[in-house]
Amino acid sequence: MSLLNDLTGAPPGLTGRALLSRLAAIGAVLAGAAGTFAYAGGWLSPGALTPARVVDRFEEVNGPHPGFRRNHAKGLCVVGSFAASGAGARLSRAGVFADGRVTPVEGRVALAGGQPYAADAGTTVRSLALRFRLPDGEEWRTGMNDIPVFPVRTPEALTEQLLAARPDPATGQPDPGRLHAFFAAHPESAAAAALIKARAITSGFADSTYWSLNAFRFVASDGRATPVRFAYLPDRPAAPEHGAPEAGADKNFLFDDLAAALRRDTLRWHLVVTLGWPGDPTDDATKPWPADRETVDAGTLTLTGAAPEAAGNCRDINFDPLVLPDGIAPSDDPLLSARSAAYSQSFTRRAGEEKSPSAVTGTPHHGAAL
Amino acid sequence: MTSPSGFTLPARLLHWSMAALILAMLLIGAAMVTSLGEYHALVSLHRPLGILILALALLRLAYRRRHAPPPLPADLPRWQQRAAHASHLALYGLMLALPLVGWAMLSAARYPVALVGPLVLPPILPGSPMLYAGLRVLHTVLAYALFGVILAHLGAALMHGLIRRDGVFASMAPWRPRAERQQG
Repeated sequence: MSLLNDLTGAPPGLTGRALLSRLAAIGAVLAGAAGTFAYAGGWLSPGALTPARVVDRFEEVNGPHPGFRRNHAKGLCVVGSFAASGAGARLSRAGVFADGRVTPVEGRVALAGGQPYAADAGTTVRSLALRFRLPDGEEWRTGMNDIPVFPVRTPEALTEQLLAARPDPATGQPDPGRLHAFFAAHPESAAAAALIKARAITSGFADSTYWSLNAFRFVASDGRATPVRFAYLPDRPAAPEHGAPEAGADKNFLFDDLAAALRRDTLRWHLVVTLGWPGDPTDDATKPWPADRETVDAGTLTLTGAAPEAAGNCRDINFDPLVLPDGIAPSDDPLLSARSAAYSQSFTRRAGEEKSPSAVTGTPHHGAAL
Repeated sequence: MTSPSGFTLPARLLHWSMAALILAMLLIGAAMVTSLGEYHALVSLHRPLGILILALALLRLAYRRRHAPPPLPADLPRWQQRAAHASHLALYGLMLALPLVGWAMLSAARYPVALVGPLVLPPILPGSPMLYAGLRVLHTVLAYALFGVILAHLGAALMHGLIRRDGVFASMAPWRPRAERQQG
């Protein structure tokens, strides 16, 4: 045993048996530490849904489009400002709602889906993402859609739905059997899909209403929290959707229409905050709140211009809906943290990839020339 | 207030509080990147804890300059003395580098570095997605390196405490050394 004593520097008095058991104890401590780290890192639960797997699913369904967002890939940058009405200040202490405060805003309009070169279609879900820059470095980022409720309740359901709705390469349409099975397993999604399908589709981005989908909590100066959902309602009266575009028509007509409208004039939306009652679902974005809930007009968003995605503008911003100023807090909606995690994963992947120009340039490519 | 060969009470307090914080931080970091449901809560904890560790590491370096640590036992083999020196350099370097790289990568990604309430740190780098992507990988690599060095440090400390029994472990033990307790 003296060799082992020499190697470890143990005093000669320590017996071989005692030395071995102490070495084993040290090994056990180190293995325990490494095992705890592996457990925390998810290596012991290889089947769990992770942010990386959510984004993998988007890539699987849409194919590789390096440098682009994995969802809402086709977009256009917008700029403007938000003028608070002051009415929101009693609900939230966030500086953005202070009476008379004007906050600079940059944002992005986009079409849902992971195809950056897909032709615009009237029925594709439209989104508006905004980044409010408050004094002292605080920010409010939000990503909203022109649908009244979200199609799924959980991130797990989202990944199932992506696969079920994936177009069959042979027909270009989703397999009705798989969709049916998905809706049978998720009745909340079937109900939400009916509400989404029944929405009035407007002529474009400029006259669309954009909903927060997820619930948040507005926290007042006295600490009182109110569950809220919010929406941006256009000043411009809603015009009906265009018919199916003709062959050879502008493939980016929705984006180009918005850019043209912003060249002519500014566009305004009102931030309408809906106050939830106890019992209104805050953890289920598939369910609407009752229509009679009190609303507050918290201010006016004015968009003044549009620009194609480029280095340094909205292209390089992650519109993570949980980048929130003090005074706005997440609800218990499981989608919020999942969105934050998946957006971060998508952002990290595309940040390190070579960028290609967006299909959207803000001026029409085909026909419709002025 | 301490035995001649031991670390001072402030040094031990700094060591053990940072040990707990850094281990918690490594576990939070490993958990948050694979979590959907707890991601936001963990990230919201990760940022202020990282800045706290940075501040404590600076404080500790400043303290160490004024209060030299006790020498290693003279009979410790040369290679072990060198390894001890190198691993401590690595520990201090990583304690400082990890929070700074984290802060820098969030700056390059143009995320607000929100700590608590309305408190947001200013960016320390201009926005650049490619820079962010590189720093994000570096943050992970350094975190694994720190965990590795901590395991080596822990293993070596236990070897000193349980097998060599040469007073090195006792000099940093969270409890007061036995000799001192008898005197006190």
